[in-house]
Amino acid sequence: MNARRETLLWLAQRASAAVLALCVVVHLATMIYAIQGGLSAAEILGRTRGNVGWLAFYTTFVLAIAVHAPIGLRPVLGEWLGWRGASRDAALSALALVLAALGMRAVLGVFT
Amino acid sequence: MTVLRVNIWRGDAQGAYQRFDVPRHASQTVLDVVTYVQRVLDPTLAYRFACRVGMCGSCAMTVNGVARWTCRTHVDRVAREDRLEIAPLRNLPAVRDLVADMSGFFEKWARAGGSFKGARTRRDNFEPIAPQSPARLQVDAGIECIGCAVCYASCDVVAQNPAYLGPAALNRAWTLVNDARDVAGAERLRAVAGDAGCHSCHTQMGCTQHCPKKLSPTAAIAGLKRATAGAWLSGEL
Repeated sequence: MNARRETLLWLAQRASAAVLALCVVVHLATMIYAIQGGLSAAEILGRTRGNVGWLAFYTTFVLAIAVHAPIGLRPVLGEWLGWRGASRDAALSALALVLAALGMRAVLGVFT
Repeated sequence: MTVLRVNIWRGDAQGAYQRFDVPRHASQTVLDVVTYVQRVLDPTLAYRFACRVGMCGSCAMTVNGVARWTCRTHVDRVAREDRLEIAPLRNLPAVRDLVADMSGFFEKWARAGGSFKGARTRRDNFEPIAPQSPARLQVDAGIECIGCAVCYASCDVVAQNPAYLGPAALNRAWTLVNDARDVAGAERLRAVAGDAGCHSCHTQMGCTQHCPKKLSPTAAIAGLKRATAGAWLSGEL
């Protein structure tokens, strides 16, 4: 057992969950608002492009997901598949990078 | 007289249920039923008990699918259509019939730092501890554990991760973390943090739901998570 690593992961999971709770509410409210108002894709892009505020918000959202999801999958892989150890953590680190890369690609796609 | 149809596990991990008919009485406990079977119907039946009054924690078994202390469980409360199914505790190796091997369970108490470590000698004064201090109240909440392993048998995390220390050992550790006289705090927090420690708890609360002493190992484990996080942040872990 690595007490420091496990405790850090638990803290990161809790902290990212707190960030996600806020981000998900803002994200859902924004989507519902945009659709209710009948905004077109072009109109939405017109508001997001060059907007540093949305860039910062969705960057935070994406990074919180990249932290939260792999840590949550970790016990699932351990308990359901018996997959533990360095190979599992390497795979989950790769997943974190993939989530961050895909998410940031989308964020930058509506910013630039 | 009503007859209870009792299916009792025979054998170790390999075995089968054996049917016994037991006369039903008022205020009969499940332990009374097992004792009747052993003394009257089949003396080869193996089971474990000692105090019969809910103090020693040795008679826990799986009754109709739920882990319970059998000496304090009335048949009236658990029998379904005059049927009982009695098996050894889950998550522990079955030795024979209703006897589970508890050694792994208690080894985890030791692994979780379950032994008190003090610094005072017999020549020192007593440590004054206010009964209403927050730490002492935390100890009070968990100290009445009788080590029956009902929580351990009810825990799905133990079932999925056999290395997991389990609710009882972590509850014990939490009482010692809150013991002002104990000097093994950081060492104990290192012992309970980790893949098989408090961070593995999913807060499903099976332990708390089934604890016959109405303790909340879940709350103790949450306390350990907070304490380990605090120790990590202050660099003591």
